[in-house]
Amino acid sequence: MYDLLIGPFVEFEFMRRALVGTVALSLGGAPVGVFLMLRRMSLMGDAMAHAILPGAAMGYLLFGLALVPMTLGGIAAGFAVALTAGLVARFTALKEDASLAAFYLISLALGVIVISMRGSNVDLFRVLFGSVLALDDPTLLLLAGIATVTLVALAVLWRPLVLDCVDPGFLRSVSRAGAPAHLVFLALVVLNLVAGFHALGTLLAVGLMMLPAIAARFWARDVTALAATAVLIGVVSGYAGLMLSYNMSTPSGPSIVLVAGVIYLVSLVFGPRGGLVPTYWPARHREA
Amino acid sequence: MSSVRIRNLTLGYDRHPAVHHLDGTIEEGAMLAVVGPNGAGKSTLLKGLAGAISPLSGAIEIARADRHAVAYLPQAAEIDRSFPITVMELVAMGLWKRTGLFGGLSKADRAAVDHALAAVGLTGFERRPIGTLSGGQLQRMLFARLLVQDARLILLDEPFTAIDAKTCADLLDLVRRWNAEKRTVVAVLHDMETVRQAFPQSLLLARRSIAWGPTDEVLTPENLLAARRMTEAFDDHADICAAAA
Repeated sequence: MYDLLIGPFVEFEFMRRALVGTVALSLGGAPVGVFLMLRRMSLMGDAMAHAILPGAAMGYLLFGLALVPMTLGGIAAGFAVALTAGLVARFTALKEDASLAAFYLISLALGVIVISMRGSNVDLFRVLFGSVLALDDPTLLLLAGIATVTLVALAVLWRPLVLDCVDPGFLRSVSRAGAPAHLVFLALVVLNLVAGFHALGTLLAVGLMMLPAIAARFWARDVTALAATAVLIGVVSGYAGLMLSYNMSTPSGPSIVLVAGVIYLVSLVFGPRGGLVPTYWPARHREA
Repeated sequence: MSSVRIRNLTLGYDRHPAVHHLDGTIEEGAMLAVVGPNGAGKSTLLKGLAGAISPLSGAIEIARADRHAVAYLPQAAEIDRSFPITVMELVAMGLWKRTGLFGGLSKADRAAVDHALAAVGLTGFERRPIGTLSGGQLQRMLFARLLVQDARLILLDEPFTAIDAKTCADLLDLVRRWNAEKRTVVAVLHDMETVRQAFPQSLLLARRSIAWGPTDEVLTPENLLAARRMTEAFDDHADICAAAA
């Protein structure tokens, strides 16, 4: 049992690093995912993850597989797309999803062209699926830093973010904080996607952001509990996924996301808040 | 003083006027009903007063410059009822002016929320998620938030539509109490009975003002007929309004 559950992490440093990385990723990403879900922007995370690609690819084209240029490139491209899409939605008739779809398609096409200008299949694989087992010190510090910034920013913006979701008209009538809060939130999405990009790659970057948040919806009743549950699910997925991938020799990133997916499916069926079983086979009702 | 002066006000969308060259004054402590046919610009006028849209021309002068002194209940509040938030938390949002972004709720604030919930008959609903409320209960909750906002100018857009008679009567009592506290109430209403009973002043709007004054002088058969003759559709080829300059 020890060999199965704890041994790999005691024995190998890369497993410990991977575990720390996924914990950091869950701490920052899962609460952001909760707000994305509550704003009905779940798919936006996926779109944004693709939008990061051309920036990271540009860094890769110029400097090879290096942390700083790929991070800065990814952040720049993500910010550019998120802010442009957000501004277009605020100030024109176009809704956010439509403007985002337009911008992320543009940047995805751009990213593929840039990558095709230079690149081996190994590197491409790494960009697409990440390298959670090869996190070096600077990358770990980056993930931890992004998690810290995210948690502090969410604590500060909690109230306007909640109000902007539940009753945006009222927020506009009492405060001008709505638009800036929204833009900062988009920035947090980009930062956490870049973190996800390093650990899980372009295609699965949203895995530890959205799946825990969506699964938590079936367990928690208020926003704070939702965020806490989502973080917990993220951490558990990270640990269980790594353990699974070690013992069964499966690719680690996809294993982590798949565990989160299984937790989601179980929640979908048994979750007490609107899961299938409680909805269609309700417990006996009360008097009043 | 929170009297509202409306000067040659035109509000609208895409250059088409929805409220056309409106002039008038809403005195402090007035209780004004805004009535008129569909598309007469009633909701647009309230949005303008709330500052949610800016005038195409003319001006709204609210003597008390603080726009937070205005509380606005839109026709269909864009509330996401599936959002996981409790009645207590939503009503407490009305305290924004005092708490701002970070401020916590003091004991007095909590008492104010409890008091407001009691006033609308929702005691015991504090911990309920808003998604479990009925239509009438939701409207009561929104009135509780208006109470907590403690505004001098209160704008209500069809507050009693699709609400049961009991809730309607209860909420109307609240509106009367606001008026007794010298707050200014402007309400868009469809039910002429309610207007005649509770609102001393009326504005009959049909894009332009048909009549504005004491309710029994405004709601005459001739005026109502004149209001009904308003054409609802915008004319895309209409000339530029000469008075706009």
